[in-house]
Amino acid sequence: MSSNGIRDRVAVVGMGCTRFGEHWDRSADDLLLDATRECLAATPALAAEDVDAYWLGTLGSGQSGMTLSRPLSLDYKPVTRVENYCATGSEAFRNACYAVASGAYDRVMAVGVEKLKDSGFSGLLRSDPPGDGTAPELSLTAPAAFSLLDPAYCDRYGVEPAAMREAMTHVAWKNHANGALNPKAQFRSAVSKEKIERAPLVAGRLGVFDCSGVSDGAACALIVRAEDALRYTDRPMYVKGLSLVAGPARGAMDPGYDYTTFPEVVRSAADAYRQAGISDPRSQISLAEVHDCFTPTEVVLMEDLGFAERGQAWKDVLDGAFQLDGRLPVNPDGGLKSFGHPVGASGLRMLYECWLQFRAEAGERQLADPTLGLTHNLGGRPGGCVSFVSVVGPDLG
Amino acid sequence: MNPSPYGIVSYAAYLPRHRLQPEELGTALGIKAGRGARIAASFDEDSTTMGVEAAHRALPGHGAPDALYFATTSPAYLDKTNAAALHAALGLPHDAFAADLAGSARSGIAALRAAWRGGGLAVLSDVRTGRPGSADERDGGDGAAAFLFGDAGSAVAEILAHTSATAEFLDRWRVPENRAGEQWEERFGLERYLPLIEDVGQRALKAAGAGQADHVVLVSPNSAVRKRATKVFSARLSAGGSPIGHAGTADAGLALADALDRAGADETILLLSAADGCDAVLLRTTDRLPAARQPEPVAQQLAGGRDVPYATYLTWRGWLDREPPRRPEPERPAGPPSARGRGWKFAFTGSRCQRCAFVHLPPARVCKECAAVDAMTPVALAGARGTVATYTVDRLAYSPSPPLIDAVVDFDGGGRCTLEIADGAADQLAVGTRVEPVFRRLHTAQGVHNYFWKVRTTKEASVDGSTA
Repeated sequence: MSSNGIRDRVAVVGMGCTRFGEHWDRSADDLLLDATRECLAATPALAAEDVDAYWLGTLGSGQSGMTLSRPLSLDYKPVTRVENYCATGSEAFRNACYAVASGAYDRVMAVGVEKLKDSGFSGLLRSDPPGDGTAPELSLTAPAAFSLLDPAYCDRYGVEPAAMREAMTHVAWKNHANGALNPKAQFRSAVSKEKIERAPLVAGRLGVFDCSGVSDGAACALIVRAEDALRYTDRPMYVKGLSLVAGPARGAMDPGYDYTTFPEVVRSAADAYRQAGISDPRSQISLAEVHDCFTPTEVVLMEDLGFAERGQAWKDVLDGAFQLDGRLPVNPDGGLKSFGHPVGASGLRMLYECWLQFRAEAGERQLADPTLGLTHNLGGRPGGCVSFVSVVGPDLG
Repeated sequence: MNPSPYGIVSYAAYLPRHRLQPEELGTALGIKAGRGARIAASFDEDSTTMGVEAAHRALPGHGAPDALYFATTSPAYLDKTNAAALHAALGLPHDAFAADLAGSARSGIAALRAAWRGGGLAVLSDVRTGRPGSADERDGGDGAAAFLFGDAGSAVAEILAHTSATAEFLDRWRVPENRAGEQWEERFGLERYLPLIEDVGQRALKAAGAGQADHVVLVSPNSAVRKRATKVFSARLSAGGSPIGHAGTADAGLALADALDRAGADETILLLSAADGCDAVLLRTTDRLPAARQPEPVAQQLAGGRDVPYATYLTWRGWLDREPPRRPEPERPAGPPSARGRGWKFAFTGSRCQRCAFVHLPPARVCKECAAVDAMTPVALAGARGTVATYTVDRLAYSPSPPLIDAVVDFDGGGRCTLEIADGAADQLAVGTRVEPVFRRLHTAQGVHNYFWKVRTTKEASVDGSTA
């Protein structure tokens, strides 16, 4: 895969993020306004009218750039609405970064929003074009699709189902414990392992606590040229690598695919690492925000992102390697699991945690001197998905 | 005298797997519910899907018929030809004729008559329902039978005679907007039918110059006639009735299929169907029959099955309105995509790359393996077998009968597809379980039936050696 990358050419100089959760009294318009105002208020050197262009990510809470320009009453600015399944927020960020790196604009805002709790249904709703009624994803829900990872992983690596269950439980337990330390998380309480394993089943062996929170929320980032960054903040966050891969959906048709990996993640990680000059992610990455939509996903991602050897992630999980005090903290903010997953906002929320950690503003979750952060955002399902990986850091070079 | 140059060259019956036990029904309703399990179509079966399955069993090894006659009292659609869905699912040539004969039990005889007169495939299929506690619910049955008529020279049975009588009287009826049928006092119908049966039966024997038939089967929507099925008309070797209780149009077909399962070579079968008159069809089996019987006899299909709880059965039939999962109902399948994809949707036809042989389900224009463009050959997998690679039980998904079970299936000879499991509980499934495709109705949305294929466990050993 060939990409030139834009290492150290753009910087994030301000971010905003609403609390994620069931905002019965806030509309998507409200959430967009709340997140962008928070961001601008924290960036006094830059006024709202100084933002040259916007990229807005939302899966289904609106169409077109007017989803943003109307509630914010923007002054005839270019606003591009993007959608890329659950990686939508990351996609808004990626395109906004490229707009600045290209020289087309100097100050760009990437915004993501999702209002999921107005539908009356639990879980994600799909809005598909008219079809012939044969697509399996029309019937199978997301938890069911990701539940396929669990038995496949056990089978491939000879892991006892009970041990895999323990690892999945550990992921949920860890991310809930992290979310408990996060004032903006949807779920702010630690959950016992017994409670996680006693929860009602949703799909396969996945119970309610194996699934990410369905929530409303918005997040945003202000992006400027790296050379201008210190005009707006004394602690900017530089973009080291950005990669996005849309898979050919081969696994769903290929008897050679075994449901223990996301080839899309492997490819996008390799691309982002190359752009960022990372040769050993395990030692070089200080924290990772990954797409823990369901607990077995996080286990498999540890291997696809190169944080664990193949067939070993379940052990590393149980050994505490990815806890706040582990060798590579994963989802220190609670992840999709307990921070919640308002689709279009999630990719930007992941960057928001890196932003806070680099600025030493992460409160009780604060890690010691993080130097490189990774965000990983995935849309689709095993067998065919889009995968985004970014690497960001507080320093140039 | 042979009234037809065409004879039955192949036949097959299909009985659904589910069984409603009378004790279960009796306990729920506080009634005496008789004896014998009721054959029950699953929630995803209708007269069209069962007809496809019966025809699928009858067609292999024979040329495609140029006409298809589909008879049912429980059509999935009106104003739209259900036989067209069968035509598509069976992959018949576009210049074949296909039409429905819908309405009453006698439509089944009409389909057979049309097929033996001009050649072709007669498919008789019905899902019979009745109000909870009714005789139709208790004593009826769901099933389908298919008969392929071809050159009498290669037939397993030929038609010797057909005689009819028609009589207008009120015995069984149903207005179109009702799901449950009505019956007049059954002895009234019995009195009417007995002389008609005698009349057509004797005329048929006389027309063929036969004194007595070797096998007699008598079917009727009238329950009093059914009770006397073995006594009304004498037979040399065997006299019987409906194998599963009244099954609408399928009744005569299932009875005939059952008789063909049992008859020897060069024996006569007199099929008597008393419905708004009476028809007698006299057939003679040929010496080809013993080697060309249907793969799974009616009696064997009857013996299998898995029990369905009565409350579930009532929900399937719409008599019990249960709370659905808190998920949106699916959209209806759209007309143009369904028409463009009919080879896939109806006939389960994928594509195989001409360059590298990678199989694509659904068909693709660009090969996933070697990127060749528009170099594909259609590959029909409706008769294939496959192995479960992995599976899951989805308790959140919308389904007319939750939970939904999906399996990733790898087909013998190539091809992978994620498909719903039909007729099965998760406890029957494992990685390695052997499965076969079946044509089903996934759901109905905004008045449109979503037909597609699922897989069902087979009786083969799974790939790890255990039996399913």
